[in-house]
Amino acid sequence: MASREYPMRDKLQEERLFLNRIVAAFVTIAVLTSGLIVRLIYLQIVGHIHYATLAKENSIKITPLVPTRGMIYDRKGRVLAENTQTFKLEITPDKIGKDPANLNDTLLRLQKLLNIPDEKIEQFHKLRLRQKRFAPSTLLTNMTNEEMVKFAVVRPYFPGVDIKTHLVRNYPFKELAAHVVGYVGRINEKELKSLPIAEYSGSTYIGKLGIESSYEAMLHGKTGYAEMETNVQARALKTLNEVEPIAGANLYLTLDMDLQKTAYDGLDKFNGAVVAIEIKTGGVLVFASRPGFDPNPFVSGIGSTEYKALTSSDDQPLYNRALRGLYPPGSTVKPFIALAGLEYNAISKQQKLYCPGFYQLPTDKHKFRDWKKTGHGSVNMSEAITQSCDVYFYRLASLLGIDHMHDFMQKLGFGEKTGIDLIGEKAGILPSREWKRKEKNQNWYPGETLITGIGQGFHLVTPLQLARATATLANRGNVVTPFLVDKIVSANATTKGPEIHKDVIPLKPDNINSIVSAMINVIHSGRGTAKGISHGINYQIAGKTGTAQVFNIKQGAKYNERSLGFKLHDHALFISFAPADNPQIAVAVIAEHGGHGGSVAAPIAAKVIKQYLGDNSADRNTP
Amino acid sequence: MRTETRHEHFKQPSVLGNILRRLHIDIPLFVGLLLTSLLSFVILYSAGGQDMGVLTRQAARMVLAFGLMILLAHVNPNQFKRYSAGLFGFGVFLLVAVLIMGTIGKGAQRWLDLGFMRFQPSEIIKITTPMMIAWYLSEHPLPPKPRHLFIAIILILVPTLLIAKQPDLGTAILVASAGAGVLFFAGLSWRFILAIVGMLASLAPIIWHFMKPYQRDRVITLLNPEADPLGKGYHIIQSKIAIGSGGIYGKGWTGSTQSELNFLPESHTDFIFAVFAEEFGLFGCLGLLTLYLFIIGRCLYIAVQAQDVYCRLLASSLAFTFFVYVFVNIGMVIGILPVVGVPLPLISYGGTSAVTLQSGFGILMSIHTHRKLLPR
Repeated sequence: MASREYPMRDKLQEERLFLNRIVAAFVTIAVLTSGLIVRLIYLQIVGHIHYATLAKENSIKITPLVPTRGMIYDRKGRVLAENTQTFKLEITPDKIGKDPANLNDTLLRLQKLLNIPDEKIEQFHKLRLRQKRFAPSTLLTNMTNEEMVKFAVVRPYFPGVDIKTHLVRNYPFKELAAHVVGYVGRINEKELKSLPIAEYSGSTYIGKLGIESSYEAMLHGKTGYAEMETNVQARALKTLNEVEPIAGANLYLTLDMDLQKTAYDGLDKFNGAVVAIEIKTGGVLVFASRPGFDPNPFVSGIGSTEYKALTSSDDQPLYNRALRGLYPPGSTVKPFIALAGLEYNAISKQQKLYCPGFYQLPTDKHKFRDWKKTGHGSVNMSEAITQSCDVYFYRLASLLGIDHMHDFMQKLGFGEKTGIDLIGEKAGILPSREWKRKEKNQNWYPGETLITGIGQGFHLVTPLQLARATATLANRGNVVTPFLVDKIVSANATTKGPEIHKDVIPLKPDNINSIVSAMINVIHSGRGTAKGISHGINYQIAGKTGTAQVFNIKQGAKYNERSLGFKLHDHALFISFAPADNPQIAVAVIAEHGGHGGSVAAPIAAKVIKQYLGDNSADRNTP
Repeated sequence: MRTETRHEHFKQPSVLGNILRRLHIDIPLFVGLLLTSLLSFVILYSAGGQDMGVLTRQAARMVLAFGLMILLAHVNPNQFKRYSAGLFGFGVFLLVAVLIMGTIGKGAQRWLDLGFMRFQPSEIIKITTPMMIAWYLSEHPLPPKPRHLFIAIILILVPTLLIAKQPDLGTAILVASAGAGVLFFAGLSWRFILAIVGMLASLAPIIWHFMKPYQRDRVITLLNPEADPLGKGYHIIQSKIAIGSGGIYGKGWTGSTQSELNFLPESHTDFIFAVFAEEFGLFGCLGLLTLYLFIIGRCLYIAVQAQDVYCRLLASSLAFTFFVYVFVNIGMVIGILPVVGVPLPLISYGGTSAVTLQSGFGILMSIHTHRKLLPR
């Protein structure tokens, strides 16, 4: 204890100093406490009458005036999200009387009159306990005409029970665009903490997903307020000052609901996603994810059983596949890899490579197989893309090397978010030596370079990324940045959607032409893997099929013997743009477990393209 | 004669006295704390909307806090001294851990999740900082030499800045004042204190520059709450109305209309003093202040009675920090200090601060009840 004490330590002196300080502290505390007391006297004696007046007789109550939420439209002005007037039944316990028996009696009579299920009564009690006694709590929402008439007749016998109107968010297209448009829901306690309190003091709802969430600040509008004199019961006496709320801005999306429906219906029994982009602008025409879900129940508060059914479903309907679904791109990467080969001079377009049906690395016994067992024979680049020859691309990949492949694909936007104006986008994975060392702490193996060349292995993309890369290729290297909001129309101004950063990948025109003509052959030549969709059009579509192996069952999916067979089917992919000579629209399709890209995914893209170019045929003739 | 009284007392101890001595409890301090805690229930019942759930949760925390206090009172102060540096180092380590995890996650991170419970490392540091400084300074003659002073100030700044970065200004102030308290009681020269005050005053514009927008808002709000009645000034306006309308005698228990009508936000946590003032009036406020001053006075008395430098410094600093707690909270509620998140000690609803405070009192009791009965 105190082993390092100095010999010259003067204990008495130290103690005297300490006592001095105690006295000083005491004085400080006394002075500061006196300060508090003076202030309290000022507030409670001098200011008492002033503050008592404010609190007791005329306390000024500030009532927030809630702005109307902005509407959401598609590019043709069809309503995607609106506010509809509905009627709700509210009970104010204070007006019924102090005795709790009165409330129970009222509830029992209402239950009999309107056939209210017990569940709603329970819900009402929960709401009521969170409220002050003089504030109304909701018993029924969305009352039907019949219910209103029934209640109106007997209303005098129900003091404290009122019908109130309020605006409820409605999504007329239901599951068709649920993932993009999103939905609003009740503000929860967590959100309440991070929100500007004043702005949301009267609001019940907040955007939870999609555009509703990403553009919350604009859709919400600006809350106004009324300063009112109120009495102790918080009953308004008169309005002193009023600031009108400013309604939220209306949003016009680039989405076309006709095309969206075609895409969604086209996926039919398959889960998957379709993304279509207007190449000239980057505006997203189709952003479909199947299965969808009806967002309307979320607005008033979805029931727990209903919600559980959605979250526990193997099909994961709440998941926005177009934005967040990660898939191996399969053979759809081949045009991009081929372009990389030309740009890096790893190969010329005439050079033929022999395909015996498999490929072996000199150092390895493993046979990397082609999808066609007998092989494609000697093929040049165009033939390799048209027939989707795997061996050609194994060899091209090993000529290019993983570093070049990674660098080139990165320029096309793989492995990073596209920057679309939606929250929650996934970046996918673009493998590289560095990535593997960081994520797996392993070296890169030559075999992995080969399978990356045919879009297998670690490479994972979102449907949005695929569509964007396709659009960028079609746009001859002018990078296309996808966006959804075209116009923001507020009370006093109309502004454009998100600011788009223009970027160009320097590509040789010759090289692009070679790839595009090979992609045209995929559809318009006899040996093309998607030749089935070429009929009935007077323009050319450029595309590429893909079939991605499903090597393991999705995480979190339940083991289900009956559906296992189906779940192991390959994903069908297709990327395309049209018209090939003057590209207007780029489409990416992924049909989960669809089997072959050419037979399942390509027809869906073709439907979207034909419909879009049919509608816009006037534009097309003016290149 | 003196020995005889002691002897007699020893011979015929009351049963309760005996138990309390075994528990190492200082009776006056214990009674003061108990009264304050009971008062907490009385006000919480009213301020918390007469919700029994609030009371039972608070009761559970109180039991935990008092338990910890009694536990710490048993530990010999020499043990506190021996582990001061280690505990302080551990606290700083946790603060850094929280900061790193906070950067990985997003937004403010104050909590460390242990799986079975969550706690704020900044609470540990509230106690271990004065322990560390008291230990460090007690190793050298007092008043501290400039070299020791410099190191002590660095030791205070490290946890303070780590907490301010979280950002939790209220706790940072409390930690800094706990450390500064030790320096003050160690005999820091008045000239130096004046120099620091002068420097802080001249640094004010620079500090203003580095403040976060919401912190600036709070200062602006303090100066002119009416500028933004719906938003940031709302707290202070409503709180002043509550206190002022209470008058001399108050509106009586559960009579607070400001809290009952939902005008007053956070009425059961940081702004509970406003409810108290509204219901019990000026007399109630004076009573509560007296109770607090009694606790602080008893703590300072314990400090004076303490037998070595470490105990003296630690005890006086803990007493002083408790006062800072009271002053900052009440000052903010009555509108003379900016709004920082400091609860009213032992009264506000919430667990972590009560547990820390009672731990501090446990240490004080340990210091007082482990004295050797030798002439000094």
